[in-house]
Amino acid sequence: MRRGDFLEHVAWTGAGIAYTLGAGGLLTGRAVAAGSHDTVEFVQISDSHIGFHQAANPDVKQTLQMAVNAINALPRQPSFVVHTGDITHLSTAAQFDDARAILSQLRAPLIALPGEHDVVGNDFKPYLLNFRIPHSTAGGWASWDSNGLHYVVLLNVFNFEKMGLLGGEQLAWLERDLSAVPSTTPVAVFTHVPLYALYPQWGWTTDDGTKALALLQRFERVTILNGHIHQVVTHEEGNIRFASAAATAYPQPKPGTAPKPGPVTLPHDDLLRAIGYRTVEFDDGNARLEDRSLAT
Amino acid sequence: MRVISIVMLAAALGLPIAASSATAPAVHIKNDAFEPHTLTISAGQTVTFTNDDDDAHTVTANDGSFDSKGLDTNGVWRHAFTKPGTYPYFCQLHPFMKGTIVVNGGGS
Repeated sequence: MRRGDFLEHVAWTGAGIAYTLGAGGLLTGRAVAAGSHDTVEFVQISDSHIGFHQAANPDVKQTLQMAVNAINALPRQPSFVVHTGDITHLSTAAQFDDARAILSQLRAPLIALPGEHDVVGNDFKPYLLNFRIPHSTAGGWASWDSNGLHYVVLLNVFNFEKMGLLGGEQLAWLERDLSAVPSTTPVAVFTHVPLYALYPQWGWTTDDGTKALALLQRFERVTILNGHIHQVVTHEEGNIRFASAAATAYPQPKPGTAPKPGPVTLPHDDLLRAIGYRTVEFDDGNARLEDRSLAT
Repeated sequence: MRVISIVMLAAALGLPIAASSATAPAVHIKNDAFEPHTLTISAGQTVTFTNDDDDAHTVTANDGSFDSKGLDTNGVWRHAFTKPGTYPYFCQLHPFMKGTIVVNGGGS
């Protein structure tokens, strides 16, 4: 794969969406425009893989720390930071301790989802012990209303043999949860694995994701943000906009451009351009996303 | 020497001693794949799984009968297959990675 290939993608220009990319498709470092009083802003980070120690990133703690420092230095603090999973590499107690030591420095409240690396061996407890989402259900998923938006956290990292699965219990909960929400309310959904079939050959899909998307179809504006694939990819289906985020740890290849989806090793400066964080502004229900790299 | 030690180990563990245990059965994980994809052994043999990849993996039986849990880079996990049968397995972190251990009965 050529250097930088995986950062190139089509900018998302769907109605009501402004998706900003830097020159050449690189993550941008542009400052956020001053928001009006009715904008809602939060930040997404993902795939920190604390405990990973290979050539693709010998110091994942440092790059997560860089992301946390950059978020803390934003001129206007976000209302929250969402981590869309794979906080750790192998869900050990030490890795969760290290992750918590860094993430607890965020000035904004943290909402952290588990990725499959956080529940290795189907053990959900270490994640729950460290990062359980406030007011979440027994299954770990959650929803809340804030600033005119309806937020939903869906967990799709269990029963991983079937690749990204929500399960009947969670889908039934989602149906009940959404039934009380008017179609005009903008909805923001967070998941780890993409909810749609982004690249099933590498497991970048949710087996029963179409059932969740069917429940979301009646809403006028839906934004679904996920991690798992360590790169920015956007997609649209009707009124539903999807955006996968870059990692804070290391990039992965663009779908189908490599024999396997494993870590991509880049020179350090290029690594910093390929990882980072995302600011999200909702202006009157329309999402404006900016992916920013850790390169200075 | 190795044959003797395996036989002694098997005897010490009370496992049936396979006739063809000259080479220790091994699966290597490399480039998001189990090599060999299908490994045939005799009942009682222990398979050594080694992660040669730069990513973490697991060796997880489809039927849940065994699970290495997280296997980091250079991680080694051993499992003794005592019962004849066909055991498909996968990597919980990369479920497109699949392998099979075929365990033959000692007598047949």
